[in-house]
Amino acid sequence: MNATDGGGAAPTAPLPCDGVILLRDVVKEYPGDPPTRVLHGVDLVVRRGELLAIVGPSGSGKSTLLHIMGTLDLPTSGDVQIAGHDVARLADRQLSALRSREIGFVFQQFFLLPGMSAADNVADGLLYSGRRLRDRRSRARDALERVGLGHRLDYNTEKLSGGERQRVAIARALVGEPSVVLADEPTGNLDTRSGAALVELLHELNGDGSTIVVITHDHDVAASLRRQVVLRDGLIEADSDHPAQGVGDPGGALPEVAR
Amino acid sequence: MSATPAAPALPSRPTGDGAVPSVAARLAPSALHPGDLLRVASIGLRSRRLRASLSALGIAIGIAAMVAVLGISESSKANLLQALDRLGTNLLVVEAGGGFIGNEDAALPTTAETMLRRIGPVDGVSSVTSVDATVLRTDLAPSDQTGGITVKAADTELLETLVGEMADGEWIDEARAGLPVVVLGSVTAERLGITDVADGVQVWLGDRWFTVIGIMEPLELAPDLDTSAVIGRDIAIAELGAAEAPGTVYLRTDPDEVDDVQAVTAPTANPENPDQVEVSRPSDAIEARAAASNAFTALFLGLGAVALLVGGVGIANVMVISVLERRSEIGLRRALGATRRHVSVQFLSEALLLSAAGGLAGVMLGAAVTAVYDTARGWEVVVPTVGLGGGVAAALVIGAVAGLYPAMRAARLAPTDALRTV
Repeated sequence: MNATDGGGAAPTAPLPCDGVILLRDVVKEYPGDPPTRVLHGVDLVVRRGELLAIVGPSGSGKSTLLHIMGTLDLPTSGDVQIAGHDVARLADRQLSALRSREIGFVFQQFFLLPGMSAADNVADGLLYSGRRLRDRRSRARDALERVGLGHRLDYNTEKLSGGERQRVAIARALVGEPSVVLADEPTGNLDTRSGAALVELLHELNGDGSTIVVITHDHDVAASLRRQVVLRDGLIEADSDHPAQGVGDPGGALPEVAR
Repeated sequence: MSATPAAPALPSRPTGDGAVPSVAARLAPSALHPGDLLRVASIGLRSRRLRASLSALGIAIGIAAMVAVLGISESSKANLLQALDRLGTNLLVVEAGGGFIGNEDAALPTTAETMLRRIGPVDGVSSVTSVDATVLRTDLAPSDQTGGITVKAADTELLETLVGEMADGEWIDEARAGLPVVVLGSVTAERLGITDVADGVQVWLGDRWFTVIGIMEPLELAPDLDTSAVIGRDIAIAELGAAEAPGTVYLRTDPDEVDDVQAVTAPTANPENPDQVEVSRPSDAIEARAAASNAFTALFLGLGAVALLVGGVGIANVMVISVLERRSEIGLRRALGATRRHVSVQFLSEALLLSAAGGLAGVMLGAAVTAVYDTARGWEVVVPTVGLGGGVAAALVIGAVAGLYPAMRAARLAPTDALRTV
């Protein structure tokens, strides 16, 4: 256990030993005249085993932050380290490899491929991992069991309910045993009951050791998770793990820290 | 803002495993197995079957047109060459004519046939003389309604020299050369309404009845005899006033010396006026037909190529639409770890699958069209393997060209843009 880290002012400082995601002064600007600055210098550490909500109103930069954490987009400046890899040093091809091995994505729109069974959709989570089909299918079955869909393996995903589809998507994100799962508004397209069940599932998976980052504008969902980071106007306004850091009024943004 | 505010919280995490990811850890590259590529490339086709079939149809029509054109022209050529093989290329036809314009009265000398027979490499000589007579079904038919049928006097070897065959009955032999018997050409028999010679059927020829003893199959080397009624030379000269000089002489020569014989034929047939002798080689006409079909083949191949090009544009169009529609799938695949190359190869393979399916269908359709056409014409069915292989290869090339731009477009799509749609 390395307890001496954290003083890392040096740009090449290693991650904290159980940090999965490290963002340091991350700025994101989109070109234009004048350029639009979406993230104004975000610092964030996501540790292994965390269940974390990034919450904020629309336009606060949540999605951009998720894309940067998922290496789908690169910051204009600042450091991003994912599972020990400095993203700035990786070529596009290597970023793809990083996503394939270390990051699982869950999207609001599920993005399941039509005309394929639940098991095949989940197995596709490992499509680019180099694993053989038989291996991928067996892992897909296990992952679907974990999300409680062991009885829906061969169902065409178009015949599943919204809640079930999102579980399939979660199984797909988990099947490669990534270092972190990034969920973008996972309850956004679900009714309240399915949403609550999904949050319950996220807790279970986290209890089994999965690191999960949930991006949401839903404060109820955020409040039910162990850690909340409030994003507003491209800056971290509050972090329930570091109350002192908040520059705004976390009490106003977060009604209560549950659990 | 401090750089890493998380440090104080670290000890609070119980850590059972001590798995520390190393910064230096090598990332195994993303990979896509070829079998998976095939499956992934076919997803778009399977989920949009109608559109896939229609765009493959464009290619199929182009390929089918090209294969059918090649097949039919090959079959036709093979058929002509077979005819040449059967009939031989060593027949020469000697006629009066040629020379000056208006020299219509020119005739071969009476001695022509005898002279020509003396040329060394000549194996057989036969002659035909026009007879100034009409042939009618009955003596009551008006004498001006001849139906374009001419009467010719021939020697007994003519059929053999022309490699002709009898459809029914027999050819005129020595014994019957002086008797009132007639052999009808295939068209003549049809026009006179005579299908067989079983009942001793007779026709009114000149001014007396002739018994039909045979009907010939079409003569490919002497088509003018198809519209003739042929009688023996002896009776033609004796009773119908036919000239003793031959009108047309047919020579069979040694196949290796046809050109040499052809060179001396005119002076031999008519030493005084060799320029009034016309020598032709009927097999040249058949060869010319085979060559002429090549010109049409090129034209139709060009048309097929245009159809193929249009089919290729159709595929490119469908693929561009597909890339636009499937932006979220592209984004998802990038999120799952696909590299740009994986994405481009996926869409390129999809275009190739489309065109290959179209190509295969087109090749089969083209072969079927060829088979039906050939069978209808009574030809031997010849489908060139070059056409089959070339058809599929051409389809693949078109597919690759058509799929290249959409594939590159898909690969260039930024994952964040791709995921933002819906």
